[in-house]
Amino acid sequence: MFVSPTVIMVKYSCSLLLLLIPVLMQAQHSIDGQVRDAHKQSVSGASVSIKDSYDGAVTDASGKFSFSTHEKELQVLVVTAIGYKSLEQKIDLNHLSSLDIILKEEISEMKAVVITAGSFEASDKKRATVLNSIDILTTASANADVTGALKTLPGAQQVGESEGLFVRGGTAAETKTYIDGTLVNNFFYSSVPNISQRGRFTPWLFKGTVFSAGGYSALYGQALSSALILESVDLPERSSGNFGISFLGISAGYQKLSKKKNASWGFSYGYTNLALAFKVLKQKPEYFNIPQYHTGDANFRIKTSSTGILKYYGYFSQNRVGVRNASVDSFGYQDAFRLRNFNMYHNLAWKENLGRKWKLNAGISFANNKDDIKGSLQNTDDQDVQLSGLEYKNFLLDVRGRYVNAKTVFERRWKGLSAFRFGSEYNYSKDQSEFTTYNGKLIPSTIRENLFSTFAETDIYLTNNLAAKLGGRLEHSSLLGQYNVAPRISLAQKVGKESQVSLAYGLFYQDPEKRYLPAQGDITFSKATHYIAQFQKVASNLTFRAEVYYKKYNDLLKTSLINYREVAVSNKGKGYAKGFELFWRDRRTFKNFDYWISYSYIDTKRDFLNYPGKIRPAFAATHTANLVVKKFVTKLKTQFNANYVFASGRPYYNIRYNNTDGKYAIYDQGKTIPYNSLSFSMNYLPNVFKKGAGKFTVFVFSVTNVLGSRQVFGYQYSYNGYRKEAIVPPTKTFIYIGAFINFGVDRRQDVINSNL
Amino acid sequence: MKKIILSFSLLLFLVSAFAQSEKYMKAMQDKISALDSTRDANTLKDLSATFERIGDAEKTQWLPYYYGALTLVNSGYTTWMNSQGNTSGLAEKLDPLADKAEGILNKADALNKNNSEVYVIKKMIATLRMMVDPMNRYMTYGPQAQEALEMAKKLNPENPRVYYLEGMDKFQTPEQYGGSKVEAKKLFEQAIQKFDTFQPATVIDPQWGKTSTQYFLSQIK
Repeated sequence: MFVSPTVIMVKYSCSLLLLLIPVLMQAQHSIDGQVRDAHKQSVSGASVSIKDSYDGAVTDASGKFSFSTHEKELQVLVVTAIGYKSLEQKIDLNHLSSLDIILKEEISEMKAVVITAGSFEASDKKRATVLNSIDILTTASANADVTGALKTLPGAQQVGESEGLFVRGGTAAETKTYIDGTLVNNFFYSSVPNISQRGRFTPWLFKGTVFSAGGYSALYGQALSSALILESVDLPERSSGNFGISFLGISAGYQKLSKKKNASWGFSYGYTNLALAFKVLKQKPEYFNIPQYHTGDANFRIKTSSTGILKYYGYFSQNRVGVRNASVDSFGYQDAFRLRNFNMYHNLAWKENLGRKWKLNAGISFANNKDDIKGSLQNTDDQDVQLSGLEYKNFLLDVRGRYVNAKTVFERRWKGLSAFRFGSEYNYSKDQSEFTTYNGKLIPSTIRENLFSTFAETDIYLTNNLAAKLGGRLEHSSLLGQYNVAPRISLAQKVGKESQVSLAYGLFYQDPEKRYLPAQGDITFSKATHYIAQFQKVASNLTFRAEVYYKKYNDLLKTSLINYREVAVSNKGKGYAKGFELFWRDRRTFKNFDYWISYSYIDTKRDFLNYPGKIRPAFAATHTANLVVKKFVTKLKTQFNANYVFASGRPYYNIRYNNTDGKYAIYDQGKTIPYNSLSFSMNYLPNVFKKGAGKFTVFVFSVTNVLGSRQVFGYQYSYNGYRKEAIVPPTKTFIYIGAFINFGVDRRQDVINSNL
Repeated sequence: MKKIILSFSLLLFLVSAFAQSEKYMKAMQDKISALDSTRDANTLKDLSATFERIGDAEKTQWLPYYYGALTLVNSGYTTWMNSQGNTSGLAEKLDPLADKAEGILNKADALNKNNSEVYVIKKMIATLRMMVDPMNRYMTYGPQAQEALEMAKKLNPENPRVYYLEGMDKFQTPEQYGGSKVEAKKLFEQAIQKFDTFQPATVIDPQWGKTSTQYFLSQIK
């Protein structure tokens, strides 16, 4: 058969034409309708389109849309909108009436209610945080101490005579600190009588801080009152070196980021000597060993996958201090106290996403702490002497602690934000002490504890407006030979566009403080029950919180004086704390001006340790208020920070052991004057934000207690109770001046972070 | 006859393929030309949705997603400019928008890896996030923006938009924070040079920015 090309062409064209006719002749359909949410509220800005076509539209302010399409018959309509689950719906273009589309809300972190009862979070990532990471560093009274800024939040007491966080009627020992999930045993430098010590770790080490004043998650235990949860930084942005010099010492460090930006290592070293500062700022106690600190740290961080990271942080420090005060017991004599401390801390943490829904958080830490303490009574020539009746003032105390803390948490996500977490924790401690009395008698003791815990917790997001966290924790102590079971429940419900109500309930158990052990008689865990209700409103740059709580203490430790030592004898102590707290932060009203106000009211009484009965503890002030202000003045390239703290007077007692009836009794009591402190700080950043600058410098100037207000933290009594002496800070006003330079590489962030 | 059917179906295939790409090119050209004349935040959002639809329908083209992200970011910038420096409430509006833009851009990135133009948008998204609350966000998004821009430059040193954005940073930052009109001018001039020699791969490939550069350059003189 022969067919001419023309015929083919004609045939072809005809068939092509025929084939194309349906396409060309296809009728244009118009589609219109409205998109609404489950509450029949119109959704604007939703995208409506026909799947696999270009045709579609975006809904207007009233949720309406209309467009036309050349597609025909059965098609799939796709509707998407930010904050809603996308919807695919089959439509028949030939039989189409106005569409009424209902979108379901997506449970998202942006919109969902956040459980906040009891806790304050400082982070840059999450939305519902009250503080930013930088706030921890720029609060005037904080002095670059992690817990400094937290003391301006409601719930924390202004206790100036010793370190730690005293939260809601609890002692400092009732607050536990965690770094990357694992417990830290000696978070603060070792105690010196009546002088508050700083935290060991610089704030720039952490990118996220959660301060919980109660009702916290089942992932954490062994803290009756409060948990401070710190998350360490990830890989640095760049490699850099830095150098710092101040009134108090020098520091230098280096951070190296690998070329592929998947690993880094670094180290730093600092030497602090307060000799110069003490020359300028007169101190009340006489320092025969001016405080000196050597600190060094090293770290590496390795990305183990696109989501996983392995982090190591190692730290050591050595310090010594010796103070001498005129003895309250005997005229012409002095009480001397000398401390040498060595501390080492290693933390290895691993975070990884195991598949799509599973997450792993594992960590192990090892720490070693050594305190050599010598107490003595000295004459005017600074010679050790023994006075009859006051022999106990001469002693030696060697304390060694070894700690291992390990924790593994698995997380399984299910629908939306809901998740299930479980895991276990192991805490090992070996606390050894050797107490040498004036006559050379050696009293050794070793306390070993193996604490195993297992926990499970689930977050349930019923809607964006209602969430619950249910958890439980089981602990077994080898020291006590006992178990405890601690349920924890919290709920949050949105009550308005920007406001929510949260509730929390939980049981909290804690081991007896090791320094009162070994005990005489059987002892058990101390227990606290928390009930918390909170209202929170967060608008843009505006936060308001009000919280009420009731806390019940049971099985608190009671002590007695045995061989000059305070020793645990029972768990018959109990108590309560109740109160309300307010917090207001406003970054909106005044331009470039940020302030917050916090107020705490507490009513608390407890019978514990050597208290003869239920009394208000010496570390609890009824009223505490803070005003914190911050302003960055662009023209001066300077940030100004100030804060004012007020706390009503605290009770003080002279509690003595009465040998005749073998009981403690109160021989005298009173109330201190109210506490006032106004602090101020300034950070001058001459080349801030300058791109590509070879170096970056920060000057810091800060003054605590600018007005030199008299501060009394309590009273110290002579052994016979005849005399008392006010416990006051070593210096009324403290001034700090320093400069920090980051070299070579443009890495402003850390410099700003570490020094502001 | 077999041959005929074969060649016929081949032809039909080619014709439809051509028609398809014709349709794509035309739609893209239409929308890209609308891009230059649109300054309204909502219209830009609509335009972004259109680009996204084209991207979803085409499945293998990165440009619709690229423009989808660009228009969304521009809509964010417009909203920011209209706020007249009052940043209150901006984060709630612009953060979801930046998230969305990032989502769209990631699709472009997946289809066309290591593309200088994609990094230009990454930079713009980071800057948008920063502008919402510069005091608190500078530390996070400042380096992120800079890093993306450096990457864009590394991938294509001839990309004029890199120099335009560098110039904009210098232009908009106050002097005391390291901004400089002198340096901005230099960068804008450099950008203009690059614009003059820049050859987009196709008519629908990115070629925006020259008019704006000229405008800002005229503001300095």
